[in-house]
Amino acid sequence: MSNHFIPPVVRTVILPRLAQAVMVALLVGVLTFILVRSLPGDMAYRIAAGRYGYDMVDTAAADAVRRELGLEQPALTALGSWLWDILRLDFGNSLISGAPVIKEIVHQFGATVELSLAAVLLSLLIGPPLGVLAGLRPGGWLDRVLLVVSSGLRSLPAFVLGLLLIILLAREFGWFPAAGHGSASNLALPALTLALGLAAVSARVARDAMLGVAQSPYYAFGRTKGLSERQVFARHGMRNVAVPIVTYLGVQFVYLIEGVVVVESLFAWPGIGHALVHAIFARDVPMIQGTALVMGLMFVVLNTGVDLACRWLDPRVARA
Amino acid sequence: MAADLSLPLVAERSFWSTQRIIGVALLAAIVAFAFVTPFVFDGSPTRQSLRNVLGAPTVLEPLGYDHLGRSMLARMSAALRLSLGLAFLSVITAAVPGIALGILAAWKGGWTDRLISLVADAFLALPGLLLVLMFIAIVQDAPWALYVGISLVLWIEYFRLTRSITRALVLSPAVQASQLLGFGPLYIVRRHIWPEIAPLVLTVGAFGAASAIAAIAALSFVSVGVRPPTPELGLMMTELLPYYHEAPHALLQPVVAVFLLILSLNLIAGSNSR
Repeated sequence: MSNHFIPPVVRTVILPRLAQAVMVALLVGVLTFILVRSLPGDMAYRIAAGRYGYDMVDTAAADAVRRELGLEQPALTALGSWLWDILRLDFGNSLISGAPVIKEIVHQFGATVELSLAAVLLSLLIGPPLGVLAGLRPGGWLDRVLLVVSSGLRSLPAFVLGLLLIILLAREFGWFPAAGHGSASNLALPALTLALGLAAVSARVARDAMLGVAQSPYYAFGRTKGLSERQVFARHGMRNVAVPIVTYLGVQFVYLIEGVVVVESLFAWPGIGHALVHAIFARDVPMIQGTALVMGLMFVVLNTGVDLACRWLDPRVARA
Repeated sequence: MAADLSLPLVAERSFWSTQRIIGVALLAAIVAFAFVTPFVFDGSPTRQSLRNVLGAPTVLEPLGYDHLGRSMLARMSAALRLSLGLAFLSVITAAVPGIALGILAAWKGGWTDRLISLVADAFLALPGLLLVLMFIAIVQDAPWALYVGISLVLWIEYFRLTRSITRALVLSPAVQASQLLGFGPLYIVRRHIWPEIAPLVLTVGAFGAASAIAAIAALSFVSVGVRPPTPELGLMMTELLPYYHEAPHALLQPVVAVFLLILSLNLIAGSNSR
């Protein structure tokens, strides 16, 4: 295939990420297909019950469902139509609430985006500035304290950190409500939980990056030619430090997505992660499928954003 | 995937750093507590004594009682045995095929490589915990669901690491010389490839064990992992959180245990890695 007509951004960023998105859909689709097939009982009755309510199910209704969905066809064909439904974003109805999955997810997605954005922004406000300050004075007290604190934070899984914050900030000091959704104060603890976990890593990344930049010849030259500390950082430091931080953000999104699942459950935050855990608990297959797919796609989209930001920050990547 | 593994050269720094020694000592202490306690202390993690509900630590019961009057000492040691055992099993189960497939992919190249890499990429497309969650949904209520799910996530890191190291080595003059001299693949793997991989296996393994322990606790904490009355660190936190006011010591025990476990494994893994 000739690459002449495809812009490099598309070739190196968009296409691989699109492939990843397809992979996510396939993975979720195949896993939920196996899940449905492995459920005990007749699937047609189960789906009919989900559609018409448990009181309205009889053999006729189940047969109608079986004919309509082609449930008696061989496994491979069934898998095909199963995946086709996912491709059209047709997830069906939740087995628990009866409402269309897509409608529930749209609602929950807003809450999850709110939480994730708040967490990432907060972590960027906490982590990199502290890391840069520490990197400018390696071995100083800030550097040492930061090393201990970030090692400690990294040894706490997100839900344990959240638990400690609840005990400390909600119970002992009473600063924030421990759970709930609606006002800005409800956002504080779950966002802080995720942000501290993210900042523990981004501070270390920023510290190492700043140390490397500060020792580089171009940084020394900037100082020698008479730029002030502030100017040399703004002109020569900032962008170079930002590249590894943003690159590492991509790795951190794994932590974010995993954290969202657990932290939302801990704080009763009505987001996708909370819904996914509930769906798994109740074996609500359509909801499992929808929520897992959205979480996976969110992961892909966030990573695409990181890739694009890296290219913008460091144009050398694009030329290489 | 941005995880750029800049490989430290072997023997660049000494294998036994202070940090790693502290980590090993801490882990050894935890393992000793978990496995020696049942021999020294006669107690069952499920036997109730309702007079002592949420009782404070005493001489005979050094860690106190939980909300159902069960011995916290027996429960903590049992929970630690579960976490340690499951993490160890998952890491071993992930390491063996991960390393083998990594060497195979790098050695054979071509379609073998492409196929295995595609499978690994597919697993990487979803964050690990989501994969484990979906897997648990399929084989719910099976105790091995957690173990298989976690191993399925952990093998990828071994595969990627081994593959990237082996790819460079296979083309090296040393390996080519061995091949020309007529040595078989087994010899080459043992003589040339394994010594390069071995030091990193510990790092990846320690990290894998840490994330396995965190995943087991997190999943049980949201009630999709281990079921009551099995003692498990995350589950114990869920159970004891409502009684924090009456018995803070009970809730803090599993919290401290998870923290120390992961801290020790992170210290063993080393400082290069974030």
